[in-house]
Amino acid sequence: MLFPAVLTAKSAPDTYHMTVNTADVKSLQRGARIFVNYCMGCHSASYMRYNRLAADLGIADETLKSNFMFGTDRTGNTMEIAMKGSDALRFFSVAPPDLSVIARSRGADWLYEYFMTFYRDPARPTGVNNLKFRDVAMPHVLWDLQGYQKPVYKKIGHSDGSTTEVIEKLVQDTPGRLKPEEYRKTVHDLINFLVYLSEPAKLQRQKIGVWVILYLLVFLVLAYLLKKEYWRDVH
Amino acid sequence: MKQLCALLQWIDARFPLTKLWNEHLARYYAPKNFNFWYFFGSLALFVLVIQIVTGIWLTMTYKPSAEQAFASVEYIMRDVEWGWWMRYMHSTGGSAFFIVVYLHMFRALLYGSFKKPRELLWLTGMFIYLTLMAEGFFGYLLPWGQMSYWGAQVIISLFGAVPFVGEELALLIRGDYVVSDVTLNRFFSLHVIAMPLVLLGLVFVHIIALHEVGSNNPDGVEIKKHKDQNGIPLDGIPFHPYYTVKDIVGVVVFLIIFTAIVFFNPEMGGYFLEHNNFIPADPLKTPEHIAPVWYFTPYYAILRAIPNQVGGVFAMGLAVMLFFFLPWLDRSPVKSIRYRGWKYRTALTAFVVSFIALGWLGMQVATPVYSWMAKFFTLIYFLFFFLMPFYTSTDNDKPVPDRVNYP
Repeated sequence: MLFPAVLTAKSAPDTYHMTVNTADVKSLQRGARIFVNYCMGCHSASYMRYNRLAADLGIADETLKSNFMFGTDRTGNTMEIAMKGSDALRFFSVAPPDLSVIARSRGADWLYEYFMTFYRDPARPTGVNNLKFRDVAMPHVLWDLQGYQKPVYKKIGHSDGSTTEVIEKLVQDTPGRLKPEEYRKTVHDLINFLVYLSEPAKLQRQKIGVWVILYLLVFLVLAYLLKKEYWRDVH
Repeated sequence: MKQLCALLQWIDARFPLTKLWNEHLARYYAPKNFNFWYFFGSLALFVLVIQIVTGIWLTMTYKPSAEQAFASVEYIMRDVEWGWWMRYMHSTGGSAFFIVVYLHMFRALLYGSFKKPRELLWLTGMFIYLTLMAEGFFGYLLPWGQMSYWGAQVIISLFGAVPFVGEELALLIRGDYVVSDVTLNRFFSLHVIAMPLVLLGLVFVHIIALHEVGSNNPDGVEIKKHKDQNGIPLDGIPFHPYYTVKDIVGVVVFLIIFTAIVFFNPEMGGYFLEHNNFIPADPLKTPEHIAPVWYFTPYYAILRAIPNQVGGVFAMGLAVMLFFFLPWLDRSPVKSIRYRGWKYRTALTAFVVSFIALGWLGMQVATPVYSWMAKFFTLIYFLFFFLMPFYTSTDNDKPVPDRVNYP
């Protein structure tokens, strides 16, 4: 049944903001596991190499080959997928985008809200809809972890006497394997990983940056003292 | 040591090395009262060098084709040793260039450095500014992201709005009927070779023009008016070593800010590296909100403020070109703001406020309130120039001292 003019609104009272922590390697490992098992059926990460992933996240070669690499056997290869672009268009009517830099274009908070706000919608071919990305073509791949949510509607009255129904919030419909708090942590790990995936150099650059600034500060003191010494002559 | 002297003599007999060294460094006399605003010329030169050096390294791996451009940038970011560092220095340097140049130009407005006998110095600087804008525009297409593609599409269509020649002009710029692989290739050539060569030539002319007349200073006093018995300006000091050593301090402070951005926040909240540009260019999907990079937004706001398309393009062009006429619009004999009356001080303050306001408005979606504000600030912007002959000739300027104020 189609509800007339169902508008989407902020589902939950809290706004979706997460603190990204790419220094937490264990979180990145868990996120990598989720990504490879749940996302890489359809989404490639074609700018990321398996061996870079292993080196940055401290994953042993054996574990990498057995648990992370399904489409290839060479660790230097990039994370491609088996699904053809033409097939993807037929299945989903839109090609699932490559996720290498998705966290830089969408942002962590957007992705967080996205994964938290899938809900049952019988009108959609996938059976689900999403509050952040209206009429998204992607199914709720994490359904067995989160379970399914369903929308709770409320009526809003207008000055001309008509009413529209909007979604007030989402509530749990059927449970998943994880409790809500555990699911939230899992999404957290996944997004931490996606942020790392978007910029592997981030781990490196911040460490180097500290030394660069320290060096420059020492240099500044010396340069300034030298300037003052020369400029003593000027009167 | 004797061998070095002999070598120098050998060179000097064939190339005026010592003469150049003296004329432009060791015996080039600059006013002794340079302040904070006088760092930005040498900093602009420094950023130019950064952009060229990082650009050379990037060009070794970047691929200027529609299929490969986006991927080659990610390859640089991930697989090329220190590639991410070159990329971030180049992207930060691009924005840093405009921050430094705007502050450099503002100094001229503060101290009247555009006035006689420095009109040509100002004009060469304005040509550098135009070339820099072109350089930034061409460079921005190269990552081939959504904002690169659609930003270029919008700006080129502005050229298409020019009466009579518009369509042909847009076709000439694009090399095709839409922004395509052809456009990317030619913008690559313009960005890597054509504009840099023009920039280098203009910067050379700019510095020669400066050295011919000598620098202005915060008091707007001509130091060449009072020389000692050796012909050295009383208020002058040799550029080397005094300003070479002082500019080193300036460079280090600049580098602290620059590297803090490069290593800790290269995206700068989406202002230096826009979020939308991490989506590969898609000619079939127009972004909701197309805005140029921050350093073009004041002019973009002026363009949108005029409801008529050709009128908007004309106003935007005029907004840039009016700067060229500054030496002749300003009728006051006083150079420095320190000795100007309240009219110029008020006008300049209003101009700065409107430039910044227009810059901010150019980034926003055009709501009715913002559109009204853009129209208001556009008016202030143009009045600064159009009314200048009147308020500068009737201003109550203070008497200008003979010698510089040096503590």
